[in-house]
Amino acid sequence: MSPEGAIAEETEAPPEPDVEREQLLATLAESLGEGLVESHLIPGLDLWVRVTPQAWTTACTVVRDRLDLRHFDFLSAIDWMPSPYGKGEDDPTEEPKELDTEVVQGYAGGETRFQVIARMAGTGNHLAVNLKVDIGDDMTLPTIVGVYAGADWHERETWEMFGIFFDGHPGLKHIYLPGDFEGHPLRKDFPLIARMVKPWPGIVDVEPMPPQLEEEPAASDAPADDDAGVQDPPGDAAESATGEPSVTGESSANSEGDDA
Amino acid sequence: MTAVTERQQLAYIAGQAVDARVNVELETGGMTLNLGPQHPATHGTLRIIARLDGEQVISADPVMGYMHRGYEKLTEVRTYPQVTTLINRIDWLGSFANEVPFILAAEQLMDVEAPPRAQHIRTILFEMARCANIILFLGDMGVQLGALTPVFFAFRDREHVLNQIEAATGGRFHPNFDRIGGLKDDLPKGWIAETKAVMEKVRTFCDEMEDLLMGNEIFEARCRGIGVIPAEVAHQYGLSGANLRASGVDFDLRRDRPSPLAWNQADWKVWTHPDGDSYARYWVRLQETREATKIVDQLLDDLPAGPVMAKVPRIIKVPAGEAYVSTENPLGEMGYYVVSKGGLGPFRVKIRTPSFSNISVVPWVMKGVYVPDIITILGSLYFILGDIDR
Repeated sequence: MSPEGAIAEETEAPPEPDVEREQLLATLAESLGEGLVESHLIPGLDLWVRVTPQAWTTACTVVRDRLDLRHFDFLSAIDWMPSPYGKGEDDPTEEPKELDTEVVQGYAGGETRFQVIARMAGTGNHLAVNLKVDIGDDMTLPTIVGVYAGADWHERETWEMFGIFFDGHPGLKHIYLPGDFEGHPLRKDFPLIARMVKPWPGIVDVEPMPPQLEEEPAASDAPADDDAGVQDPPGDAAESATGEPSVTGESSANSEGDDA
Repeated sequence: MTAVTERQQLAYIAGQAVDARVNVELETGGMTLNLGPQHPATHGTLRIIARLDGEQVISADPVMGYMHRGYEKLTEVRTYPQVTTLINRIDWLGSFANEVPFILAAEQLMDVEAPPRAQHIRTILFEMARCANIILFLGDMGVQLGALTPVFFAFRDREHVLNQIEAATGGRFHPNFDRIGGLKDDLPKGWIAETKAVMEKVRTFCDEMEDLLMGNEIFEARCRGIGVIPAEVAHQYGLSGANLRASGVDFDLRRDRPSPLAWNQADWKVWTHPDGDSYARYWVRLQETREATKIVDQLLDDLPAGPVMAKVPRIIKVPAGEAYVSTENPLGEMGYYVVSKGGLGPFRVKIRTPSFSNISVVPWVMKGVYVPDIITILGSLYFILGDIDR
């Protein structure tokens, strides 16, 4: 890279203001008022908006009708608590490592461990919005099936995987797991049993290499002994172990035979 | 292409009304039909519980999870390069296309961009995965409606495409070829000419399918006006890909979203169909396969020179942040919402698969159809079980 190129890049570095996404954000802020808590905008890329649980349904309706983002992408949840089990890749013979326990939320902040995230996109433009909402201790959120009918299955999945109850959902039942399944697998405190019952085989890879074998000639002896073991009766093999000269002659004859 | 006339629609509704009246007289209500989980029309293990009134479906409830592998949980204990091995197995007919959005999301978070040659080859392999995937649909749809020949043609011609994918990547079904910052390898010698020949074969296959099925009276009778999904419903349920375009929505992520891949450097067209029925979905996919071969041909012609791998650290650490990247996969919009906390592996990955949303419309669209139409609608919505269950 020439210095001029570097300078040109630096002057280009401050990105142009993202007018379209800022417009989306302004409309949302105007319609929701207090309901909009925080937002995060990466110019030219994406927009994240966090709303209060009370404003959740209204926010989705505004996104659909006023922002004209009619295409329902997905709805899911994030458990921000770091896993108390780590990755299950630590050597069980070693002292367990200190694990991070601090709950840190991502873009657009948050106050609770669980957050529901939904994404809606426009088909006439290239815009989309990620709506986030905090889930309080009651683990309940109003359903948005009435706004986006496709949220039905996504909410069922989120309920099953995270234990977040969607108030007013027409049929909140298991979608992937059997009906009598206990627990919510995508919560971070749900252990991945496969890593619990058996140490992760990848641990073997980080074992130190065995110490280099000093006796190089021993390697050439070994096949000769093997040959003796195969071709001669066991008694002779025992003799070879004592190291009698007649046996070494025999083994050298064998090796010649192999060469021929 | 001709739209379903109002007259045809009225005739269909009138026929349904007459049947409903007969059903009431015969007291045929209240039968439950269990379709699957092991049913040939479900491409795997999808089960549909249909409540019938005579020959008519009152409600249809898909049951899945027979193949749920928990990939979203598994990604949390893996590093970024290891995740591609898992996600190859989501839509197993077009595996390479599964890797691309995840790698793009990781690259976006790391602020790495693959060199132009890698982007071109990615696009080529992506479109070849689309060919391999949709060819099977084009033949399989015939089998589901009783025409046995097309599927043999489909398996024959898909093999050519798979051979080329194998020659370039080493894997027929699970290439695992995409890397953060580029590709594992460059193309082998002689691959370009062979691939062009294969694309010609795919175009011939499309012509054959058009001759075999599109004009066929039985095919038309079983597909036209069956499973109509209006554009507004398609949006609400998050339908994507050919299913959305067959409902008249002119939307294609390859064209409408900025992407580092090379789609905008080729000249191609997004096809839509106003009808929204099973026939429209078949027709759109047929045209899409042709467009895919065109994209491959053009990109092979102006393949830029240079490396296929950008400079990335040996141990890949992704900075903290969140990114959602989706691409127009063979089945529709496939996206990964990646949350990173700056470690070797992702903190959380939400996998947005096209089939999950496409099939979620089934309870809506199957209300009031006849039993044989279940097969037509399932076939034309086109799903891969691994893509629903993840």
